[in-house]
Amino acid sequence: MNNIQNLYRQVIMDHYKNPRNKGLKGYPHVHLKNPSCGDDITIEANVVDGVIKEIRHNGSGCSICCSSASVLTEVLQGKTVEEAKEIIEKYFSLMKGEKITDEDVLEEALVYEGVSQFPARIKCATISWKALEKLLNGEQDEQ
Amino acid sequence: MFDVLKLRKMFPIYENHPDLVYLDTGATSLKPQCVLDKMNEYYQEYGVNIHRGVYHLSYLATNAYDEARQKCADFLNASFEEIVFKRNVSEALNFIALTYGEEYLQEGDVVITSELEHHSSILPWMKLCERKKASLRYVKLDSEGRITIDNFKKALDSKVKIVALTYVSNVLGYITPIKEIINLSHKIGAKVIVDAAQAVAHFKVDVKDLDADFLAFSSHKMMGPTGIGVLYGKKEILKKIQPLEYGGDMNDEVCLDSVTIKEIPYCFETGTPAIAEAIGLGRAIDLINELGYDNIKSHCESLKKYALEKLKDIEGITLYNPHCDLPILAFNINNVHPHDAATIFDEANVCLRAGHHCAQLITKWLKVLGTLRATFYIYNDYHDVDRFVESVKECVAFFKQFEGDNYE
Repeated sequence: MNNIQNLYRQVIMDHYKNPRNKGLKGYPHVHLKNPSCGDDITIEANVVDGVIKEIRHNGSGCSICCSSASVLTEVLQGKTVEEAKEIIEKYFSLMKGEKITDEDVLEEALVYEGVSQFPARIKCATISWKALEKLLNGEQDEQ
Repeated sequence: MFDVLKLRKMFPIYENHPDLVYLDTGATSLKPQCVLDKMNEYYQEYGVNIHRGVYHLSYLATNAYDEARQKCADFLNASFEEIVFKRNVSEALNFIALTYGEEYLQEGDVVITSELEHHSSILPWMKLCERKKASLRYVKLDSEGRITIDNFKKALDSKVKIVALTYVSNVLGYITPIKEIINLSHKIGAKVIVDAAQAVAHFKVDVKDLDADFLAFSSHKMMGPTGIGVLYGKKEILKKIQPLEYGGDMNDEVCLDSVTIKEIPYCFETGTPAIAEAIGLGRAIDLINELGYDNIKSHCESLKKYALEKLKDIEGITLYNPHCDLPILAFNINNVHPHDAATIFDEANVCLRAGHHCAQLITKWLKVLGTLRATFYIYNDYHDVDRFVESVKECVAFFKQFEGDNYE
């Protein structure tokens, strides 16, 4: 599989065209933008007793950006905050092309492994994950 | 017509990247060896400060720097004292807003601009209008996105004091009928500030013929180095404005509680300037003169026609400016975000711009998230256009695989 095919996997394009958990419900959220390319993502999470009950996303951008927000919601919903933070760290390592242990915990997010070959696209693939990381660290934007 | 192969040898980046298809001159041009050599000559042979030392080398450096300013003056048909060196167009336009604008714009006045502008030709005026309780008025663009005389007339009334417009759109490649706009503006006493960033690489800009009040261009978009640009201002206007920055080199006599300043243009340039860059810009101007605007124009025009002809037959793309005046093509692969498309071009070593090109208002006007932009210049050839067109086709085909029942 060449680099481009590896970047744009069917799973990714499916999440882009049929996003899961899209649309906000009013939980605490973080909004991030990349003004240089126009990626614009809001992530919200409903955390109850240290467990992420629900994650929602909204926004616009390229396929890598929008699909990764959708994939994130499926991978991290139901995890504890601590588990989620560890998975987020592993995801960032995956982006840098680093070897990671227990990569299975990344579940479907592993399809973004190809992004490490495209340094210009790492920002696209991580913007939603950075927003959730901020949210789990207690930051949030005003309603 | 150019011997492009010979011409490309002047640009050392092609030696390092023989496979490069560079279509992003709209962002910055490639740099020829003669400009790099000229800058090196300064550093290696007389690389000392200017306007300071009373020794031979300093004299040489000052001379070379002054010579560069004279070249800029001749380039625009201006006089030496009307050329102020700034870092780039952004800095030059901000300078005008913060000096002339601050001093002369009043509450209730109007500044005319357009949705075609680069951010640096809008934002300094937007913020100035906020401070002055003045207002910003946009010329309505025609159906193709052009600034027309008719629409300009509709925006013009006695409240208008400043008109800030681009000479050439950096997204759609249209040439603004700026000479007539300046004429109309002067009739009601408004001053006109021209952003010539995309113009100077392509055709002769004559400030006297235009009767422009201010005009700015950047060196790096016309084969010169980064970090230097030119602000032209009419002598009688420059003499009326106060410096923005005070410090070394711009002063005449310094006393305990007062200072007198040098004459124009020196009073607007404080601190050690970008000496090598100014000298490099002078060499880039020589190169443009050597090549000749007529040759530059006919070469770029033929590439533009060839590219437009080829793109016409490709299904699945939208071209936003099929009638562009300069070889600046804005397009999208249908249903594909420009950044997704850009990666396909990047894999083929085709460098083009994707996004809003520092001109978000025209992107919004086009009702898109962003566009792809291919710009052609003297070092491009038909082979580059072919490689570009191939990549467009590849891109259309690649993203087609994700269409269909499952993905709609």
